[in-house]
Amino acid sequence: MKLLNLEVFYVIAGIFLLLVAGRIALDRTHAKRWGSALFWGLLAVTFLAGKSLPPVAVGYMMLAMVGLAATKRMGFAGETGTSAEERAASAELLQNRIFAPALLIPATAVVGTLLLSKLHVGDWWLLDSANTTVTAVCLGAVGAVGLALGLTGARPATPVREGSRLMQTVGWALILPQLLAALGGIFAQAGVGPVVAELAAHALPTQYPFVAVVAYCTGMALFTICMGNAFAAFPVITLGIGLPLIVQQHHGNPAIMAAIGMLSGYCGTLLTPMAANFNLVPAMLLELKDKNAVIKAQVPIALVIITANILIMYFCVYRF
Amino acid sequence: MIKLIGILVVAVGFALRFNTLLVVMVAGISTGLVAGMSFHEIMELFGKYFVENRYMTLTVVFMLPVVGVLERYGLRERAEALVRRARAATAGRVLIFYTAVRQISIAFGVNIGGHAGMVRPLVAPMAEAAAKLQIAKAALPAEGAARAKQGKLPEKTIELIRAHAAAAENVGNFFGEDTVFAVGAVLLIQGTLQAQGFEVGLWALSLWGIPTALVAFACLVWRACALDRRLARESAAEPKQEGGR
Repeated sequence: MKLLNLEVFYVIAGIFLLLVAGRIALDRTHAKRWGSALFWGLLAVTFLAGKSLPPVAVGYMMLAMVGLAATKRMGFAGETGTSAEERAASAELLQNRIFAPALLIPATAVVGTLLLSKLHVGDWWLLDSANTTVTAVCLGAVGAVGLALGLTGARPATPVREGSRLMQTVGWALILPQLLAALGGIFAQAGVGPVVAELAAHALPTQYPFVAVVAYCTGMALFTICMGNAFAAFPVITLGIGLPLIVQQHHGNPAIMAAIGMLSGYCGTLLTPMAANFNLVPAMLLELKDKNAVIKAQVPIALVIITANILIMYFCVYRF
Repeated sequence: MIKLIGILVVAVGFALRFNTLLVVMVAGISTGLVAGMSFHEIMELFGKYFVENRYMTLTVVFMLPVVGVLERYGLRERAEALVRRARAATAGRVLIFYTAVRQISIAFGVNIGGHAGMVRPLVAPMAEAAAKLQIAKAALPAEGAARAKQGKLPEKTIELIRAHAAAAENVGNFFGEDTVFAVGAVLLIQGTLQAQGFEVGLWALSLWGIPTALVAFACLVWRACALDRRLARESAAEPKQEGGR
């Protein structure tokens, strides 16, 4: 039995999302009042009751949410925060104490990973050991809200209002990572991966050891670009290209191949809008005009790392 | 081959800048239909995976209220003030420092940071403040710090710095993880190979992640220094534009 498992935090998140939806519904000045309220309300339901609802119902709810976003019926009203002077005055007053709540979250992550995840009385565990990272961050965030309210003397409504403002800044991009994960799942069910691996393996002269390495590393990167997730690409490309060519045909070392292969997949993650949680959501969070600005900044990095990976793998995988 | 229709939909949809949610949903529906699923079944799969992957959204939802409150009470301003006191700070150095901390900590299995929790409230404002300082110093060395407080960066520069801050987070996160301590990715690698009859040690996998981790850090240093040089060039060009005033 886990006291603080993911479900507990899903319910808390659901309640918060419901409050966001409620705030929008009550806001007569909101230009896209009902569409936005419906969008956040539906998302709240998937968090509150996702496990008990039949998946097909959630699917149609997603269809409705996508429809609302695509027809521009949901959006941001442009609620403004405080002025620069007020913030500067408050920063002056609080000095470095303002950092305490922000640093409480990584501190909880450290303590959670090293200590809390091992805490248990019999079969009762405090944290869900399978999801320590996520649960520890959420626990830290709850603590940080409490600490922040204590420090600033803000009313409990403030985190809801400010959170709602930021949530609407991110907008529909918030659910993109989940939707892309679902697309990855459908690709896997439909058997898209083996087709890609077979194409790559047949199109290239893989009888040369170097070509096999290039095919595997770039295959990992390209398939990750398509799927948005290196974890989804890894089994497909490793079974389709890596093991048959590098290990079985050319007698390479599987550990070296796999370790560097996964990291080649991450180069693909740096390059793709499909990896929304790493590339698009941050662009929204940082209020960038160009949604692809993060990817553009990462292009030189990804290209150098993948080249280095190919060389490291080629010089090591057949040698050790 | 026809099964690749989803990838085509995504590529065309992104290129024509349709709503991203719509593109992804259409890609999933067309792939499912081509593979012989009914519309109902496709919706069921979408729903199943959406619910299974709620954890991806969870941390952002939890971070935003805290970050919102702290920003309202001057977190960014305080982060900027802190940077103004560090004389050697540049935007690039702030990012290098952050990536180093991120890579090392996650190598030991501790996942601090994130775009919502660290980059938006702390790293990006610090890098922006450092850039202001750089530019102000270049213009008028004596009153640098005082001018930096009032100065505003051009919007293009802000975008550039923020995009690099997000990149620093991603590089630190991705390329530290597979070293030293076995976490998610290493276990997945081991499991996949094991299922095919290849036994590989966790330590071997971690060890072979280190060369790439070092290359990744070097790349980030290179980009960060390039960013600093670009800021220096822009600030050198700035007084000429202001000449008319």
